[in-house]
Amino acid sequence: MALLLEQLLNGVQLGVTLFLLAAGLTLVFGIMGVINLAHGSLYMVGAYAAAVTASATGSALLALLGGLAAAALTGMAVEYLALRRLYARDHLDQVLATFGLILFFNEGMVLLFGRQPLFVNVPDGLRGAVRVLPGIDYPVYRLLIIAVGLLVALGLYLLIQRTRIGMLVRAGATNRDMVRALGVDVRLLYTLVFGLGALLAGLAGVMAGPILSVQVGMGEQILITTFVVVVIGGIGSVRGALFGAILVGVVDTLLRAYVPGLLRQVMAGPDADALGAGLASMGVYLLMALVLLVKPRGLFPAHA
Amino acid sequence: MHRLWRDERFWAVLLLALAALVPVVAPLLGSPATVGLATRIAIYAIAASSLNLILGQGGLVSFGHAAYFGLGGYAVGILYAHYASGEPFLGLIPGSNDLLVTMPVAILAGGIGAAIIGALSLRTAGVQFIMITLAFAQMLYFLFVSLKAYGGDDGLAIRRVVPVLGMNLRDPATLYWIALGLLALWLFLMDRIGRSRFGRILAGVRQGERRMAAIGVRTYPYKLAAFTIAGMGAAMAGALMVNYLRFVSPDMMHWTKSGELMVMVILGGLGTLLGPVVGAAALVSLEYTLSGLTEHWQFILGPILLLVVLFARGGILGGLRRLAGRPRQHQAQPLPPEELPSGELPPGDPVAERAAHG
Repeated sequence: MALLLEQLLNGVQLGVTLFLLAAGLTLVFGIMGVINLAHGSLYMVGAYAAAVTASATGSALLALLGGLAAAALTGMAVEYLALRRLYARDHLDQVLATFGLILFFNEGMVLLFGRQPLFVNVPDGLRGAVRVLPGIDYPVYRLLIIAVGLLVALGLYLLIQRTRIGMLVRAGATNRDMVRALGVDVRLLYTLVFGLGALLAGLAGVMAGPILSVQVGMGEQILITTFVVVVIGGIGSVRGALFGAILVGVVDTLLRAYVPGLLRQVMAGPDADALGAGLASMGVYLLMALVLLVKPRGLFPAHA
Repeated sequence: MHRLWRDERFWAVLLLALAALVPVVAPLLGSPATVGLATRIAIYAIAASSLNLILGQGGLVSFGHAAYFGLGGYAVGILYAHYASGEPFLGLIPGSNDLLVTMPVAILAGGIGAAIIGALSLRTAGVQFIMITLAFAQMLYFLFVSLKAYGGDDGLAIRRVVPVLGMNLRDPATLYWIALGLLALWLFLMDRIGRSRFGRILAGVRQGERRMAAIGVRTYPYKLAAFTIAGMGAAMAGALMVNYLRFVSPDMMHWTKSGELMVMVILGGLGTLLGPVVGAAALVSLEYTLSGLTEHWQFILGPILLLVVLFARGGILGGLRRLAGRPRQHQAQPLPPEELPSGELPPGDPVAERAAHG
């Protein structure tokens, strides 16, 4: 029971990390119609920048700011230099151009920091564990990630539903050309939305640093899971991204925690662990296939 | 009069005939390693051309084509592993190290895999289709990483392969000629498909799926058939690649491999017969040259790809055509769904419904 609760919390924590990425991806797609494979690279840039700042200054706050700034600036630069020219193109061109960007960013990180993963310590004040229920301790840092993720979700909801910019974002997702025709400065809106998406990806990267190791390729690994989230949730829908992310996070974590154990009862230990890990990795993709069988446009389609 | 030099088929035959001379010419020039490079090009050309069938003809952006490449490779690898150990696969199918057995099995495996994945993925369109094909390919990748019985992460080595019809596959030139012959066969098939009714329906799907639905064509079976044929072609290339490398690993189905195949198609020229071949040659040579210059060749390749997409539309063949002064082939662009007149379609047609919302 204690293990189950702990794994559920781990699942939610993975889920909110996925949500931070999925929200940016789905907004950028919903508003600009661009599929951006390099979104995972922004996550990686944020993580690296935070790791380097933390080891240079020892300050968690500076690391957070450094990571966010690096991701947002990189995102804006990418939008300004490359993606801006791709809005009118078909998805194939967008996929290829951003695939090229991934190669560039990954190898660039190898050039700058080498192939060895960087390890980041959990900030001093957040190191302990806290008793969430009688008999169950849970790390403070992971609880903080969950809290930050949920706060961001709330903030995004307010931003999109209650502000003028949010209104434009919703309008843009429904009918881009009409918004342009009504005299809205779409270019600025695009850059802002892209910057926001990059900021959220950077935030996810900064927070994931102390939990995972910071290494080249971390972006793509999570990007593909983020795709699953976005497809399950419905492309362009932030609400769908939240539900999809929590669902995928919890399912993935629980499968990883329990499938090897179940297999070990019928197979030899190491084989069961390897096959179990593989089957658990496949689980979310099967979940996505099931959802698409029932609802080809995801659980919360944006343009219904 | 029909101008021979403007026919792509003429250039395909000429190119293949010249390519057949590589193992003869390369030793004379003092670079026998060229045969290996040419083999890789021929194999990737088959894989890229198979992707071109769905990407260029049908406009279906599949981002998981390496899955079938890897399935073909693993069919060869797994059959060899069972041949070496003597135990039949699943207790039923005996292993083999004969290309005449393993190649058809590989093609069948790729076809079945593509049929299953395609049947599910083709229920979606647009960006969902890109993401779901990528996700299924990742799923297979993780499956093979976790199969410790077949090497897991480390992959499988293929040691002894029996001669095929008296041809020794260990001889680089022989393997090259086999790959080139299969490439020629595959290109012939692609040319026939492109000119058939089936090929024209695929082109119709690319140009405007709603219009195809409106004239009474159920597009789903055609798309699925094309997806399956493309998977079989990729599996054939994968089986050849494993015979060339004598090794199979999950890296063959890594998502970057799918990306590379797409790059080959675009680089050469989307929707043309020779484009994927030219693109494969260009990308493999480029990688070879850049990796000879620096370990960090991807740092250069990435921006090159970006520039190609941004500024060189139509790929290498498109550029050559412009140089030759040939008027650009008119290609009807599909209208965005919202610009199509609505209300003229029979209600309740699932294909039309999907296209209308997609």
